[in-house]
Amino acid sequence: MKQYLLAVQFDESVPETEEETRAQMARTGRVTEEIRAAGAWVFTGGLQPSHATTVVRPANGTTTMTDGPFAETKEQLGGFWVIRCEDLDQALAWADKCALACGRPIEVRPFHDGAED
Amino acid sequence: MDLDSVYRAEYGRCVATLTRLLGDIGLAEEAVQDAFAVAVGKWAGAPPANPGAWIVTTARNRAIDRLRRESTREARHAQALLLHQPAEPEEAGPVRDDQLRMIFTCCHPALSPLAQTALTLRLLGGLEVPEIARAYLVPEATISQRIVRAKKKIRDAGIPYRVPEAAELPDRLGPVLTVLYLVFNEGYTATSGELLRTDLCAEAVRLARALAELMPGEPEVIGLLALLLLTEARRPARVGPAGELVVLAEQDRSRWNRELIAEGHELVRWCLRRDQPGPYQLQAAINAVHTDGRATDWAQVLALYDQLLRHTPNPIVVLNRAVAVAEVHGPALALATIEELDLPGYHLLPATRADLLTRLGRTAAAVTAYDEAIGLATNDTERAFLESRRANLVPGN
Repeated sequence: MKQYLLAVQFDESVPETEEETRAQMARTGRVTEEIRAAGAWVFTGGLQPSHATTVVRPANGTTTMTDGPFAETKEQLGGFWVIRCEDLDQALAWADKCALACGRPIEVRPFHDGAED
Repeated sequence: MDLDSVYRAEYGRCVATLTRLLGDIGLAEEAVQDAFAVAVGKWAGAPPANPGAWIVTTARNRAIDRLRRESTREARHAQALLLHQPAEPEEAGPVRDDQLRMIFTCCHPALSPLAQTALTLRLLGGLEVPEIARAYLVPEATISQRIVRAKKKIRDAGIPYRVPEAAELPDRLGPVLTVLYLVFNEGYTATSGELLRTDLCAEAVRLARALAELMPGEPEVIGLLALLLLTEARRPARVGPAGELVVLAEQDRSRWNRELIAEGHELVRWCLRRDQPGPYQLQAAINAVHTDGRATDWAQVLALYDQLLRHTPNPIVVLNRAVAVAEVHGPALALATIEELDLPGYHLLPATRADLLTRLGRTAAAVTAYDEAIGLATNDTERAFLESRRANLVPGN
C-alpha cells in the first residue's frame, strides 16, 4: 500500500459565502466518511486561510520569522486528505470525488516510500 | 534474421513481459538490454528458433543475478517475485496482454502527452532516443529527460501496470488511441527531412493491430486500425519517382495496396454495423470512400465530415472538410468556411487557402497564401510541393 496526499488548492481571491462554505464542508465530510468506510482513510485536515500563516526560515545558524505564506500565490493549500491506496488509479478515483465535493483542484502527491505501511 | 531486426521486433514485447515479472520498467529495460548484449556474443549470426523467448529467459536470469547483488528490501522483494514465476513466460496470450498493459501504462493520463508518446515509442517500438528526438524536432536531452521522469513517476506515484477496467476505458483509451495516431502521422508526414518514415507507420499499425486483437469489441479501436490501414494502403502512391509529394487526386490508384484496402473496408463495415460512430471510425469511413472505386464520391465524404464536425468540432476538421466542400459546392463556399479559422503555425491552413484562391483565379492572394504556407512548412518534401504550386501560378518565378 502507498500513501497519497490529496491537497486542496484553494483560491483565496475568490470570496465565498458562509452558506457555500457550509454546503462544501457537508459534501467533503460525506466523502471523508466514504474514504473511512473503504479503509483508505489516514488523516484529514482543513486549514485556516493563509493570513494565519507564519514562515520560519533558517539563516546562518539562527532563524527569521515572516508573516504570511511561503509562496506568494493566489492558490494556497486549503486542506488535505492523507489516504492509503494500492496505486495511483485508486488515489485518483478518490481525488475525483474530493474535487467534485469541494469544487477545487486537488493535487495528488505520493508519499515517499519510507512512509509506507 | 539479424540481431537488429530481432531487437526491433522483440524489444517491446520483452520489456513488457519483464516489467510484469519485475514490477519496475527501469529494471526490466536494463535486464532486456543485458540479454541483448549476451545475445551478441552467443548467437553469432544464427538466432535461436524463438529469439523472444530466449531474450526473456536470459533477461530474467540476468535480473535475478542483478537483484542478488543488491541488498535493498525492494530488490529482495522483486527477486522473490521473479523466482516464483513459472519459467516459461512466453505463451502468446499473456505476452500480448503484457504489451497492452504497457501501452496503457505509458499512456496514463497522469503523464504529459510528450512523455506518453516518447515512452510508447521507446518501450513498445524499441526506438532510440535520437530517433524520437528527430521525430519531434526537440533536443535529445529533452526526450531522455522526459522518459526518465515518466519512468520515475510511474514508479514513485504508483501508476499501475494494468489494462483499465471496462468502466474506466472511455477515459483511459483516449490517450492510447491518440498516441498510436500521432506515431502513425509522424511516420506519414515526418516533421522534418524526408516525407515518410515507414518504420513509424509500420510500428503504429502493428500496435493498433495488437490493440484491436485485445479489444475486438471497441468500435473506436477498430476505427483507428481501419483508418491507419486505409491511409497506409495509399502510401506507395503518395511519393513520385523523384521523391516528390503526389496529392490524392493525382495518385496512381493501381499502386495502392489492395489487401490493406480490403481489410480496412471490412473493418469499416463492421463499425457501421455497430453504429456507435466516433472520430476515428468517421475518419476511417472517409478514407474508405476515398479508396472505394475509381473516383472519390465527394458528396459522401462531405456528409461524413459534417458528422465528424458535430462529433469533434475542432478547426482541423473544419479545414479538412473545406476540401470536400470545394468539390461539392465549389471553392468560394469552401473558402468562406475557413475564413475565421485560427491555427497558428499550421502550414496546411494557408496551403488550403492558396489552393482555393488559385481555383477562384485570385492569383495574387494565392501567391501570398503560398508564401505563408512555405514559410511555415517544416517538411522538405511538402515545402518543395508548395513551391512548385506557387511557381505554376507565377510564370517565370
